[in-house]
Amino acid sequence: MAENEHIVIESGEAAQPFNYAVGMYGSRFFKELRENKKIMGVKCPTCGKVYVPPRGVCGPCFQEMKEFVEVGPGGVIGTYTILRFAFIDPETGHQKPVPYGYGFIKLDGADTLFQHYIDLVDEKKVRIGARVEPVWANERKGTIKDIQYFRVVE
Amino acid sequence: MAKRAAIVGTGQTFHKSHRPDVNGQELINEAVSRALLDANLTMKDIDAIIIGNMDHFEGINYVDCWSVDGSGGTMKPVMKITTGGTTGCTIAIGGYHLVASGMFDKVLIVGWEKNSESDTSGAITTAFDPIWDRLVFAGAISGLAAEAQAYIARYGATDRDGARVSVRDRKHALNNPHAQLRKEVSLEEVLASPMLADPIHLLDVCPRTDGACAVIMASEDSAEKITKTPDWIWGTGNRHPYAYLGDADYGRLTSMERTAKEIFKKAGIKEPRKEINVIELYQPYSFAGIIWIEDMGIVPPGKGAEYIWSGATDMGGELPINPSGGVISCNPIGATGLIRCAEAAMQVMGKAEGRQVPDVNHAVSTGFGGCWWTDMILHGKKKPNY
Ligand SMILES: [Zn+2]
Repeated sequence: MAENEHIVIESGEAAQPFNYAVGMYGSRFFKELRENKKIMGVKCPTCGKVYVPPRGVCGPCFQEMKEFVEVGPGGVIGTYTILRFAFIDPETGHQKPVPYGYGFIKLDGADTLFQHYIDLVDEKKVRIGARVEPVWANERKGTIKDIQYFRVVE
Repeated sequence: MAKRAAIVGTGQTFHKSHRPDVNGQELINEAVSRALLDANLTMKDIDAIIIGNMDHFEGINYVDCWSVDGSGGTMKPVMKITTGGTTGCTIAIGGYHLVASGMFDKVLIVGWEKNSESDTSGAITTAFDPIWDRLVFAGAISGLAAEAQAYIARYGATDRDGARVSVRDRKHALNNPHAQLRKEVSLEEVLASPMLADPIHLLDVCPRTDGACAVIMASEDSAEKITKTPDWIWGTGNRHPYAYLGDADYGRLTSMERTAKEIFKKAGIKEPRKEINVIELYQPYSFAGIIWIEDMGIVPPGKGAEYIWSGATDMGGELPINPSGGVISCNPIGATGLIRCAEAAMQVMGKAEGRQVPDVNHAVSTGFGGCWWTDMILHGKKKPNY
């Protein structure tokens, strides 16, 4: 991803006066997501833990991390909830559509949990330990929404 | 010159869902005036002030500056500390550091919040990473629900177990004229209340509150001259475990475990369940009342619910928890942690009136922050021997 390329986080018609840098680790993640449908983590050379999202430093070891590793794209539900109460999404200024599945996904090969939507088409199958896979967006822009959501697979 | 330090006075507002009759500094003044009265001191006696809240809640920053008329801070050293949900506990720890350093003899600590003036979920969202943490985020409740689900899957607890904790705290609140929600609820009412985020029902979670709390700490040079029953600070600690929400070990509060171990070791407490007489737990939802007492080392992992059902944590039980009614009954967020500290101090000082636990030697108060960090204070009747 070119250095001056911008990720657009859509807030509908609401404008937010912030310009955040995702850094080199975040850029690599979004580039691989958009161009190759790959989810990248980063591995600590000291403790061996694989972090998603990737970041420069393993906090507990206070050790710089440089080794990118591909994780997922499948995984299991590490924990989750089903959001049922309506609230205003501060990112858009509009009511969030509820209910929705809020997943903490343990991607294959990762040691941390990756947050994303879980499809509720069969709510009974949404449980800790259930296998999931990502459903990709038709048009990938290099944002977290390049994955539309995760769905439970048998 | 390190000094021992003690709480010598506390004050609180009568917390309500909405206080349109006062602005922020007037609300703060109510708590400060009551704390000074309780300690029989005046503002002239106060050497420094630590104040805090979650200032992004009301969208009015720098309470350290604009509140001086109400806080008494005019032409005194005033510092703000804000650490999210733990703020009220962290300001107490910060005040303790000032007094224990020997540089300030008497420090006034003030926590406050007017949640009625804010969009709490919207403001909480600003504490989390805009790229990685906000897509699915739903305020404080989503992480708490994920914790409860993980704990349930690991240890087989039920939403009935959680409800039992709500029933306890709401019953205890009847004894506390300062609590916001003073109406008993039944197990059935908790379970029948709307499901907000599985497995959390409306009556499993804290309300939004307007309120303020003030605590005065003094060094050992003056504490016993101010009151015959100072509440000595035996230890304080805090821990921050993670960067992103997905990094946490859901189902265990590691920050609580580490903080508690550090403090109990320092104080020589080997069996916390027997040596601590009362806990004011920063418990924003019911399941935390089961999970976090395990992390604190009161009971082993997986045994929290059984302990709660035994009645041991009710008033009159082995180790009453939240005699004040706790956070489920009252939650002016920037004050909430300091209310835990003040209520623990009142228990040690014998000033807790209708909610007094008999013969309190040691009390614990905690703070919890957004999500998964912990502050903790060990209080004691005797002056620590270190
Ligand atoms: Zn490491």
